[in-house]
Amino acid sequence: MILSVVEQFPVLVIVVSLLSAFTILIAGWLNKKSCWVISFATILVQLVMAVFILHHVLTVGTIHYWLGGWSPPWGIEYVVDALNAYILVIVLSLALICVTYSKRSIAHELPQKIVSFYTLYQLLVTGLCGVTVTGDIFNMYVFIEIFSLSAYALIASRGKIALKASFTYLVLGSIGACFFLLGIGFLYSVTGSLNMHDLSLILPPLYENKVVQAAFVFFVVGLSIKMALFPLHTWLPDAHSFAPSEISAMLSGIIIEVSTYALIRVSFSVYTVAFIKLLPIFDFLCWVAAFGIIIGSVLAIAQYNLKRMLAYSSVSQMGYIMLAVGLSTSTHSALWGGLTPALMHILNHALMKGCLFLVAGAFIYKAELWNITDFQGLGRKMPYTCAAFMLAAISMIGVPPSVGFVSKVYIILACLESGKFIFVAVMLLSSLLNLVYFWRVIETMYMKRGEGEERSHSHSSSSKIDEIPLSMLIPVLTLAGLCIIMGVVWLTEIPLPILDQVNALFGLGRYAIP
Amino acid sequence: MNGKKGKIWEENVIIETITRLMVPFIQIYALYVMVGTEGAGGGFQGGVVFAASIVLFTVTFGISKGRKRLPESWNAALNSLGLYLYAGVGLLCIVLSLGAAQYLNYAALPLSQIMSPAHTRALMISDVVEVGIGLTVMSIFASIFFDLAWKGEGKKNKDKNKGDKEVQE
Repeated sequence: MILSVVEQFPVLVIVVSLLSAFTILIAGWLNKKSCWVISFATILVQLVMAVFILHHVLTVGTIHYWLGGWSPPWGIEYVVDALNAYILVIVLSLALICVTYSKRSIAHELPQKIVSFYTLYQLLVTGLCGVTVTGDIFNMYVFIEIFSLSAYALIASRGKIALKASFTYLVLGSIGACFFLLGIGFLYSVTGSLNMHDLSLILPPLYENKVVQAAFVFFVVGLSIKMALFPLHTWLPDAHSFAPSEISAMLSGIIIEVSTYALIRVSFSVYTVAFIKLLPIFDFLCWVAAFGIIIGSVLAIAQYNLKRMLAYSSVSQMGYIMLAVGLSTSTHSALWGGLTPALMHILNHALMKGCLFLVAGAFIYKAELWNITDFQGLGRKMPYTCAAFMLAAISMIGVPPSVGFVSKVYIILACLESGKFIFVAVMLLSSLLNLVYFWRVIETMYMKRGEGEERSHSHSSSSKIDEIPLSMLIPVLTLAGLCIIMGVVWLTEIPLPILDQVNALFGLGRYAIP
Repeated sequence: MNGKKGKIWEENVIIETITRLMVPFIQIYALYVMVGTEGAGGGFQGGVVFAASIVLFTVTFGISKGRKRLPESWNAALNSLGLYLYAGVGLLCIVLSLGAAQYLNYAALPLSQIMSPAHTRALMISDVVEVGIGLTVMSIFASIFFDLAWKGEGKKNKDKNKGDKEVQE
């Protein structure tokens, strides 16, 4: 069996990252500045590989990689199809942007911990890539643990205040992982297999089996904790607000979404649409998500700390994604049917939330500004950063042609098609609530004069521009620009064939068997 | 931990002598668990046993002597080395077969000139890879032990740790 070079990439994405994590640890002893360079270079290489993988998957077909040459039911198999490749590119793009941003901000915030920060960051990326490419359910659990453990440590890296947040996440995350492991154990006891494809072949006659159904519930609950779905979100606000900002961006933009990916993978690759239609669990998820959307937004309005507000907003955005996942089995349109809105919003949320958290980090970097009320006059002081915030915020609100608008339209169309009009109302109400809490920030930044006396007598001369360094500004502006550009790209429907392939894979949307 | 005496351990000839005697045997046993048996497995256990010998040494002779035997830089180097060994051998399979074989496919290593592919696999899985795992586990366990023990002994070190924390905050 001759493999082409691209077919080696799924494993290389992980191995290169893992080796680099430990190289950073050694290089850090010699030269602290090399850590960032190694991390940046590795993630860049990984991203290039991911793009090649995506191209290969779209043109040639799914990549099956047998680790060690052992054939699937016995050996570990990495399977990369359109869904994995798409998520992998998102993960690595945001990771690259965050690592670029982190150069100055970590040197400023955690000068003592540069080495351990980048080692853990690289391990985090390893774990995230691993969850994405693997086709073996136990292997997925291992990688979930790798990225979770690195995330716990990274959140705690600020010291004192962050320790409690990290500990809460540690406890809840471990419970989530335990549930996931229990699910795997149940499935293994019934089928004797851990390979996802193999499981999907063995399971159908056993769908009525209570153990198989219980295992699915374990998967859903465990991953819901990891992705901070509404009633299980309690770890998220503290973790997001006390972590270093690039880690908050990764947490909100990538980590909880990779957990969503894991849920999608388990629901549709291990179990199938036939099983999901058997139980009303996705309808239940829709309702939970709808509550999450509203309650997350309402709680966000009550916050004064910007990062905390964004964290609650993430809870509500995860509700969007889960609502779209929940509706995926009941929509059949070629355009918005199946998983298309959910996957679309995964990318869009990564862009918007990534940008917003990086901007929040910029305010902290520049002037230790945490609270929204302190942002008076920032619009003039940091014009580019605030403009980026504005773009991302209007995307969150859903102003056309931003990414937020596109995903909201797709989700609403999906709600309409499946006849659940109540969710349309929920989406519209949530847009209004988004407007309330983001407008408050924009208003403070641009409209309100600072109370300082130097600003009262002169309008422009005294308020100097005091921007963040270029290595932090470029990532922020890139993400903000992408919020609009990707919105237009989505509207032209160019990237939709990727998502269409995913639907074809799982038999969703227009490929659904009626 | 620092009582009235200001000393938390006392020299004891019997304990020291027995430790001196036991440490090498524990370490040989650890190596036996790692590579001595046929078949895969034992890397983790061997590493833990090896770390136990370091813990025993440190408990007997005090933390600063223990740290001298296994400095922090060595610790970092060893745990990376273990991983390099594991991941590197796997990567070597791809590189040496020019991309024809998969990661960890030891049968593709050029050793197959000397021995059968099955033997190459067995050798790599049960020996080389186990040593890698063992090294990493040993150094990680040792460093966990040192991190936990460090704060207990010596005011100087305690102050140093405190200083670090204050800088970070």
